[in-house]
Amino acid sequence: MSNESKEIELIKDPGLPAHQHRRTDVDEKYAKIAERQVAILFMLSVAGTLLLIYSYIFIDTDTFIFIPIFGDQNAHQLFLGLGMAMALFFIGAGAIHWAKQLMSDEEVIAQRHEFRSDEVDRAEFVKTVKEGAAVAGLGRRPLIKRTLGLALGLSGLTPLLLLRDLGPLPGNEQKETSWKAGTRLVTDPGDRPIKASDLEVGAVAQTLPEIIGEDKHRKLSDIAKDAVLLIRLRPEDFNLDDERLSWTHEGIIAFSKICSHMGCAVALYEQQTKHLLCPCHQSTFDVTRAAKVIFGPAARPLPQLAVTVDSEGYLIAQAPFNEPVGPSFWGRSA
Amino acid sequence: MTARERIAGNVAGYVDDRVGAARYLKKSLKKVFPDHWSFLLGEIALYSFIILLVSGTFLTFWFDPSQREVIYDGEYAPLKGVEMSAAYASALDISFEVRGGLLMRQIHHWAALLFMVAIVVHLLRVYFTGAFRKPREFNWIIGIGLLTLGIVEGFLGYSLPDDLLSGTGIRIAEAIMQAIPVVGSYLSYFAFGGAFPGEAFIPRIYIVHVLILPGIFLALITVHLMLVWYQKHTQFPGPGRTEKNVVGYPLMPVYMAKAGGFFFIVFGVTAFLGAVASINPIWLYGPYTPGQVSAGSQPDWYMGWLDGLVRMAPPLESVIFGYTISWNILIPGLILPGIMFTLLALYPFIESWATGDKREHHLLDRPRNNPNRTAIGAMALTFTLVSLLNGGNDIIATTFDLSINQMMWFSRIGVLVLPPIAFIVTKRICLSLQRADRELVLHGRETGRLVRLPHGEFVEIHEPISPEKAWLLTSHEQLAPLELPEFDAAGVKRPQALKNKIRNRISRAATTAIPKATESERREIEHH
Repeated sequence: MSNESKEIELIKDPGLPAHQHRRTDVDEKYAKIAERQVAILFMLSVAGTLLLIYSYIFIDTDTFIFIPIFGDQNAHQLFLGLGMAMALFFIGAGAIHWAKQLMSDEEVIAQRHEFRSDEVDRAEFVKTVKEGAAVAGLGRRPLIKRTLGLALGLSGLTPLLLLRDLGPLPGNEQKETSWKAGTRLVTDPGDRPIKASDLEVGAVAQTLPEIIGEDKHRKLSDIAKDAVLLIRLRPEDFNLDDERLSWTHEGIIAFSKICSHMGCAVALYEQQTKHLLCPCHQSTFDVTRAAKVIFGPAARPLPQLAVTVDSEGYLIAQAPFNEPVGPSFWGRSA
Repeated sequence: MTARERIAGNVAGYVDDRVGAARYLKKSLKKVFPDHWSFLLGEIALYSFIILLVSGTFLTFWFDPSQREVIYDGEYAPLKGVEMSAAYASALDISFEVRGGLLMRQIHHWAALLFMVAIVVHLLRVYFTGAFRKPREFNWIIGIGLLTLGIVEGFLGYSLPDDLLSGTGIRIAEAIMQAIPVVGSYLSYFAFGGAFPGEAFIPRIYIVHVLILPGIFLALITVHLMLVWYQKHTQFPGPGRTEKNVVGYPLMPVYMAKAGGFFFIVFGVTAFLGAVASINPIWLYGPYTPGQVSAGSQPDWYMGWLDGLVRMAPPLESVIFGYTISWNILIPGLILPGIMFTLLALYPFIESWATGDKREHHLLDRPRNNPNRTAIGAMALTFTLVSLLNGGNDIIATTFDLSINQMMWFSRIGVLVLPPIAFIVTKRICLSLQRADRELVLHGRETGRLVRLPHGEFVEIHEPISPEKAWLLTSHEQLAPLELPEFDAAGVKRPQALKNKIRNRISRAATTAIPKATESERREIEHH
């Protein structure tokens, strides 16, 4: 626009406006008032520190007081914090009030310089680099250049190699769970075996595989794959093929509780709709259709565990899971 | 000379004899900084970082970053006898047994949230005013680096206490790792020292959280500030302010007192929040176990938009040659954020390519005077906000009695449709504001005083605006669009014809503007 025609006259810069003096600049009385105000602010900070010290020593750590809106608050930590907040805040308020009222508020103009070095310096720099390179002779001695490149590149492998022992290789572990044919389902928590009759229609139970042997301790990494949800519906509610129907027992159906999307626990069961909902990303699974995904980002149904009862009437797994549980990974279907 | 002055002089002389600092300091202490409230945003980020270092160091004295299982036997009765990791138990001890521990934990968390807010708002200020332009591109890129690391640092921070919520977050991070083609399972097994969750992860991210990332932060922040110092701060346009000067207050004493005072104010406000506002009450969540989750699990806000993208992703997964690729995780969790951060980092170069403007800029733009940039910013912001909204879709749905499915569909459609609408609307608003500026300069301010002329006509009196205001509204330069030749002198298409055509078109869009008012036009109107 500006170079379109010469006659166009632009609006001119009137320059920095004249400095306006503050009351505190011209009248010592106001300056004195400002000085006292700054001192009061600093003294409020002192009061804050005293409050902090008092609270630390004299308020019991288990005293609670009721404060509207915030409810019951631990008095010790509340007054400790309020003291600290006062102590800090008023130092800042005092310093800023001081700067604004009593220090000069006249704006100063400084000049900028161009960042670009001048041509002579630039040329000399290029010359220095070229000379340096010539002395090293990298261009003339390709053998040195190439072997150095190889050496540097290969030495970069060292950290990769040394970090190898960060963890074991996954092997087949991701595809396996503790469930085997005949493993009893036990309650979590409680580790009690479950009879079909323990579950009423509409009930849900969180279960884990029974641990046989001395050490009853469960590793979290086992729970992360073994957690199973039991749900009991009326058998006529199911909409399953014959094979999947044979994996249920008198309306009891079992799914991996680990979401097939990102591994959260699929913890919300809606009794009315018979939907399972993952609270992390809202993937929704239809229990009557073998946990088919009906909404949300999950791409696969929850793996179903085939259940039946043993001779004593306790619920057991018919077989291990027929697919890996939890989120997808590269070698999942290989 | 008083005795005190003599001592001060002697100390200064002693130091200068050895390091020669006077030469440098006499200039530095007079360094001029322009004043504007929006320049405080970066300061808030810096100060909350310092608060994080101080409060974080306090927490390390008691925190035990170990996933070894212990039986809790502390002050908090509801969890007595529960099996948990030593990390969670020590975080409970900090909250209930260390005096001031809960306060420090809450200050640390509030400061982290403030740190990220300040970074993001500072970034928006720099973006919308064009402060990233030459010669400040390096500082822009460092800033994007700090933003990215801040997100990671924050995530690691709230993962450390090993409560049910943080464990759920780690589980999701593990699923993203696993979804990476070919190497995903290996990465996950190496990071966790075996199957999730294992016992290695918390100690490992602890050292990253308290040493490696803070070290990188310190280095980057130092360079960031040194560049601000060396290149001098940008300033808003106004009377007496040019590309060649800086108008403001000297470092010593005004700026030191103001900036130093502001640090205490930020610290004071964070301490106040830590005292009265409960944040991340880990004792309510319980220890992490993979078989449980609490409803309404939410990440901290700066991760929320990522979680929102993951939630709205369509359920796509393919099996190619027997290998599984989870698009539903890869696209929202890695590919989209990767593209967004790359575009953000490259924006200064993209804009200077589009406008052909390679000059230095020290005067800031008013956002309306660069409608295209402002509209692109509004578009990106809308995309991120819709994602963030979807990250809390469960909370919003339950609070406002909506169905979660409606919320999700709103976001799925909105995330595609709303950003272009934001672009168009913003660009129009900018151009309208330019028109209003032009009117104001040419016709003056509406006074609201109506006058009846002798022949019966009513007119409103307009008052001319001050020369300072008129200068502010017209001092910006308006770039002409590029006109790269498509044909050579003989009328034959050049080899770069298509490229030039595209660049001309983009440049036309980037330089759209309402011609600013000039003195000549003003004079012409007066003559009428």
